[in-house]
Amino acid sequence: METPNTDYINKLAGDDEDFRAQFISIIKEEFPVEKGEYLNYFNNNELKKAAEVVHKIKHKFNILGMTQAYGLAVDFEEDLKVGKTQLSQDFDAKLVTVENYIKEM
Amino acid sequence: MTCIIVDDEATARAVVAKLCKTTMGLDIVEEFSNAIDAMKYLGENTVDVMFLDIHMPTFTGIDLIKTLKDPPLIVMTTSDPQYAIEAFEYESIVDYLVKPITEERFAKTVQKIKGAMDKRSVSPSGKDEKEGGEDLYINIDRRLIKIKMNEILFVEAKGDYIDVNTETESYRVHSTLKKIKEKLPDHTFLQIHRSYIINFNKIIDIEDNSVLIKKSVIPISRSNRPELMRRLNLL
Repeated sequence: METPNTDYINKLAGDDEDFRAQFISIIKEEFPVEKGEYLNYFNNNELKKAAEVVHKIKHKFNILGMTQAYGLAVDFEEDLKVGKTQLSQDFDAKLVTVENYIKEM
Repeated sequence: MTCIIVDDEATARAVVAKLCKTTMGLDIVEEFSNAIDAMKYLGENTVDVMFLDIHMPTFTGIDLIKTLKDPPLIVMTTSDPQYAIEAFEYESIVDYLVKPITEERFAKTVQKIKGAMDKRSVSPSGKDEKEGGEDLYINIDRRLIKIKMNEILFVEAKGDYIDVNTETESYRVHSTLKKIKEKLPDHTFLQIHRSYIINFNKIIDIEDNSVLIKKSVIPISRSNRPELMRRLNLL
């Protein structure tokens, strides 16, 4: 199973520990908000709005080195735009993985 | 070069800001989480480069570009490479970056920006070609009054009007700073505040956040200060 990592963040930050800390803090702040927005829209069957949030979340997958999750999010975003929801459980599982990882960062 | 970043994701803005900070000559003056705020800013300020996310809710990066008459150089940022095809339909777009952006790829973008800046500065249609000694006609009470551009000290916005201050007179004209800015030569005139454009050659001195021109003290806004400082021939 694919696990998140901080390779990209570390490379970007280099020796800049302040940036690293600040960047992680932004992820910790931004991700739960986006997750909440996504679940809210999805549960209210506002699938186009849910797709907009998936678009943002997939960037977090990218930053955390989760290429498979990113691919899943790309497909899911397109599905949601046309009203398909079959990938929602897989996507939710990725959200939980990221959420757990972020708590430990 | 002055830059702004427009992206609805804070992480994406942080990445671009970090890459700019580690690059000599790229000075971030503002960041925006939506395109509408950026549009308002660009209506009153000038920057060299805009890093712009294509995919933003409600008002996209492409929507923003369509509203700009005199856009800065634009670097599009996107999670989806397919959007980049549309991006290259616009002349002012010099490059696109696919997220997550790497240092190596960003370095190539910086080269493209520098190349595009050089081209703009020598372009026959570029604003820098406008001559400083030309005349400007302003409409006051149905009279067209001729003013020598090189005699203008500064222009101040006053609601729906502008005051064009010369060595000898002050003319109140029904117009906007944006409109007169388009007529004034870039190498002589500079917007230093949302309400002021100054003739660079008329500066007597600069102190903290103000410029002295003749007997007028004119404020410098934080976002316009880097461009003013860049243009000074500092010893």
